[in-house]
Amino acid sequence: MATTEPKKLPTLPVIENPTRRAAVKGGFATLGAAAFVAAVSPLRQAAKTATAAEFMQKHYAELTPEQKADVIARLEAEAAEKYGAEVTIADDRPIPGTKFVYAINLSVCNGNGKCVEACHKENNHDRATNQSYIRVLEMPKGTMDMEQGSTTYTGTVPKDDKFYLPVQCQQCDEPPCVDVCPVKATWKEDDGIVVVDYNWCIGCRYCEAACPYHARRFNWKAPEVPAEEINPDQSYLSNRVRPVGVVEKCTYCLHRTRRGKLPACLEACPTGARVFGNILDPESSIRWILENKRVYILKEELGTKPAFFYFFD
Amino acid sequence: MPRLAPLILAGGLGLAGATALVVAWQSSSQARSPDATVSEPFATGQSSETTQVKNASSALPEGSAAEEYLVTVRRPAGPPRITLAGTDPQGRTGSVACSTCHSVRQPDLTNVSAATLDEFHQGMAFNHGKITCYACHNPDDADTLRLADGSPVAYQDVMTLCSQCHGPQATAFAHGAHGGMNGHWDLTSGPQTKNNCIDCHDPHAPNYPKMVVGFKPRDRFNEPAAHDHEGAAPHGDH
Ligand code: SF4
Ligand code: SF4
Repeated sequence: MATTEPKKLPTLPVIENPTRRAAVKGGFATLGAAAFVAAVSPLRQAAKTATAAEFMQKHYAELTPEQKADVIARLEAEAAEKYGAEVTIADDRPIPGTKFVYAINLSVCNGNGKCVEACHKENNHDRATNQSYIRVLEMPKGTMDMEQGSTTYTGTVPKDDKFYLPVQCQQCDEPPCVDVCPVKATWKEDDGIVVVDYNWCIGCRYCEAACPYHARRFNWKAPEVPAEEINPDQSYLSNRVRPVGVVEKCTYCLHRTRRGKLPACLEACPTGARVFGNILDPESSIRWILENKRVYILKEELGTKPAFFYFFD
Repeated sequence: MPRLAPLILAGGLGLAGATALVVAWQSSSQARSPDATVSEPFATGQSSETTQVKNASSALPEGSAAEEYLVTVRRPAGPPRITLAGTDPQGRTGSVACSTCHSVRQPDLTNVSAATLDEFHQGMAFNHGKITCYACHNPDDADTLRLADGSPVAYQDVMTLCSQCHGPQATAFAHGAHGGMNGHWDLTSGPQTKNNCIDCHDPHAPNYPKMVVGFKPRDRFNEPAAHDHEGAAPHGDH
């Protein structure tokens, strides 16, 4: 360690690793056999439920259009079989010339949680756990340190000495969750949305640990959603019902936003606190906010460069 | 790059398992053969909709507003009607226009509260600065509102009235940064509907009302905040 030059430390060890697979192997080699079995038990559960066709499926980015059509037909059939729901799974791709950005006006957000519920329904989350990609933190006034927030508040809102901070995936421009994925099951797309190929994810949960915003969720069990409550309007990289043993996250509702629509959480917000748009469009509302309001980002010091802004007015 | 889960699975299964898998895969690819043999381009109803969106936006000349859908700001239906307290001999209730009474009454331009009125509007709460009723209502025509310069404005255009004083909010609204909305962010693919001021703010007591939290996810962040390891009962979840 007696080097004269200060050695440039990698921010995350896996980034600098020549092959990501070597990193996984190395990681598991350090575990004892029993620990290994315990560590991969959700994977084994997931593997048991994997069909042969799923086993043979390639990474999303490597699928030809014909293969994608096959995969999607299979997934639609699975949804009909497992959930009794007629669903349409589209393959929405980024719109050229768009980069999506979200902003929340913390002066008007009152913590009522309608966005949390809208996300739950829109994205076919597990009903038993009330899962959602959004958490609203009740914050003491005078800090933007989200770790000081609490999600357990109830009753009448807003409370006088608090403000409310909704947190979901910040679609970081330097996403640590993507860097740590040993199998490239998660990546950032051209419009800025960080997506997960649920059929490629091995459920190691590295990304969940790497995300400083607690934005990722692990499917400990297969989501339970009654057939009549399934949102049939789905997309492969978005709100199709996720299998057990994989990680999921907010996709800025790409099955809506890539078709020009507003995200479900924004439409549900009764206070109008949420603003969404294309930062590349100089006329967009999001640009006006960035140019005219003092905006904050969460955990700025980490260098994750969120595409998610907060402001007061 | 192969996935870890299948690797573990295949490793554990051994030769017999692998054979079974191949058989299973073969039968499954037979089941899929109609799709596989017809080399149809990947196109479902949903994706063609997406393509249309892309075509629509790329076909538009730069900065063209002509091909854009409209942003509709919701408007109040018109002047409010006052529901009468009593019923007629047939038991029917009725409502009347503001002008039914106000056209024959002398306006009190200084009045600021319902407390000083001897009939009607009795239970109304006023919590909107110190302004008088006739700061916004029109003493000459009760079925319209009145701007600060004395000109009448229709109830449907209430936002013009509010914006006289609430300029920063009006500016933010005009830039899509104040007020709830529904529909499309991309106006080349569909329209947008926005709330008007009085959809959210009661003009007589405009503070946004308090709400009660309903839906709560049940995850580890909703566990009680204090998690005392010392002296805690043994637990094997981490
Ligand atoms: S917020 Fe978390 S999950 Fe989302 S891109 Fe950033 S690091 Fe990844
Ligand atoms: S849980 Fe899935 S997406 Fe996350 S790092 Fe592991 S394989 Fe990648």
